[in-house]
Amino acid sequence: MSIDDAVPISEGSRLGGPESVGLIVPQTVTFAEPPDEMPLDCGRRLGPITLAYETYGTLSPAADNAVLILHALSGNAHAAGWHAPDDRKPGWWDIVIGPGKAFDTRRYFVVCSNILGGCKGSTGPASVNPATGKPWGLDFPMVTMADMVRAQARLADHLGIGRWLSMAGGSMGGFQALEWTVRYPARVASAILMATSARLGAQAIAFDEVGRQAIMADPNFRGGAYYGGEPPRAGLAIARMIGHITYLSDGRMHEKFGRRLQDRDRLGYDFRTEFQVESYLRYQGDAFVRRFDANAYLYITKAMDYFDLAEGRGSLVEALEAARAAFLVLSITSDWLFPTAQSKEIVRALKANGLATTFLELDSPHGHDAFLLPNPALASAVAGFLENIQRQVRAGSAEPPDENPGKEGRP
Amino acid sequence: MTDAPDPRSGKLRLDYELIESMVPEGARVLDLGCGDGRLLADLIARKGCVGRGIEIDDEAVLACLQRGVPVYHGDMLEGLGGYADGHFDVAILSQTLQQASDPPAVIGDMLRVAERAIISFPNFGHWSIRLRLLLGGRMPQTTALPHEWFSTPNVHLCTVKDFRAFCESRHLCRSEEIYLTPRFRRISPVLANWRAGMAIVQIRRCDGPCTWQGPSASTAGGGRKRDGVSEGTRTPDPLDHNQVL
Repeated sequence: MSIDDAVPISEGSRLGGPESVGLIVPQTVTFAEPPDEMPLDCGRRLGPITLAYETYGTLSPAADNAVLILHALSGNAHAAGWHAPDDRKPGWWDIVIGPGKAFDTRRYFVVCSNILGGCKGSTGPASVNPATGKPWGLDFPMVTMADMVRAQARLADHLGIGRWLSMAGGSMGGFQALEWTVRYPARVASAILMATSARLGAQAIAFDEVGRQAIMADPNFRGGAYYGGEPPRAGLAIARMIGHITYLSDGRMHEKFGRRLQDRDRLGYDFRTEFQVESYLRYQGDAFVRRFDANAYLYITKAMDYFDLAEGRGSLVEALEAARAAFLVLSITSDWLFPTAQSKEIVRALKANGLATTFLELDSPHGHDAFLLPNPALASAVAGFLENIQRQVRAGSAEPPDENPGKEGRP
Repeated sequence: MTDAPDPRSGKLRLDYELIESMVPEGARVLDLGCGDGRLLADLIARKGCVGRGIEIDDEAVLACLQRGVPVYHGDMLEGLGGYADGHFDVAILSQTLQQASDPPAVIGDMLRVAERAIISFPNFGHWSIRLRLLLGGRMPQTTALPHEWFSTPNVHLCTVKDFRAFCESRHLCRSEEIYLTPRFRRISPVLANWRAGMAIVQIRRCDGPCTWQGPSASTAGGGRKRDGVSEGTRTPDPLDHNQVL
């Protein structure tokens, strides 16, 4: 996902290492079997629904140590550990999940859930439509963050988790965490939001739309009914290349690639790959095509575009009136896709509601993706926050929100 | 030297203890420039307070997180924003007033979000500082103010007399005043502007006739409102901070 393709794997995080959760067996849960399909925001009903998930650590007898990890656009449920001994790398957030790590699996029962509408083992546009026996394609109903969260609530029921000690998500994962805190306030003791926003801004919607247009303009797209044939590889690769640029920073790209040429000494005056950064982007695009479904990309980016926590709830301050969680909000200095100002907007609304909130801007040159990379301050912030929340929850002294915190403070 | 400055927070233990003693049990407290969160953590643990901090140093914010103190990473005015009027009982500004870029705005917003403010600051009117400038002819450097003129973060130093005048001009009651020598011995308010190395002052808006009869009652606000600035003026214009007081 990142510009540093191989995040170095520490000795302790290797399979069998003391900081690894070890071999992990992916799991699924299926619910909303007809006729009890799940109603969606778009007005349609969907069922049965399967969600893929993984768990690390042990749920306490009181079920009070569960932490939900919420992934971003192209993520999956494989957040930590190894699926097979010969895997090239561990789960996507293994740097912070494991024994002794920020999400310490000796203390917490960590769950990572895939999303409704995805293509990583959960029900999505590549799944078979029970009515036709064929893949859904664009007949799949449009899903929203709220729908994804409703489905995750069913997973929580399945796991016997009444109230999450905490939940953490970066980018789109932060959307889901925010949605959780207002949709199921009694089920969320705390939330960790990273590099996220309370609504997708116009610039980010614009980038999403360019990506979608690239996919739909690919001749292989065929209205989304490409299953069984050649998928729209070129379109999806371009979508990924665009997205990838937005996850990085100008400074970091310059530092990594500069104007260096790839496999040549001088300019060729042609349209073949010349600069290293071009080669890198093409590699990222090609690699993504092999692991992601183009229709899922359309659906998930659309769900992101639709996200606005205040929608239908008045203002953002009013939307967060329902929340009862303590919050840790982390932004990244070099993130221009979800800039710090958007995190501060969330924090202002949390403060106006009297919710216990810590805001920290992490200093990192890595852009939006920085939350996926090793960062001692991020790890320390998460570890300290979680330990204190767990202590407060166990002591029954978790701070209740003020009864009458008033409305919006002075702008 | 139990009164030595704390190297991590740059704050002074006795200052902390006195401020802590001025905060009532169960109060909702905002600490501006809260450092590593020590004072708030103590108030939460010992007095059952609800505490919030504002701190600009990211290492200190991480220390607050280890202590379980909710804190806003940013400057003071930005950190004050968003809180509802009267959200807190007490706002604390310990040893940081002189570093604020806009002290009237900070104090104004402190008294917007809180009923009372506790402010401690080094007294630039102490005799030793006057003497250093008078006889030495150089910018005074002391234990409390150790910086060279070109690198000091202290851009808005004041004397006890300056601060009193400021409160009077802004119609703020000083409801409690504590004075300490540079060696942190508590002294009476007599000749405080000469003798005190540090002052801890609790202020509030003067909404009516000032009933407080302490050492400086004669000079306290007196309940009058000048300039047509009515009580609880909460102008929505952030550029208008100076008028808030």
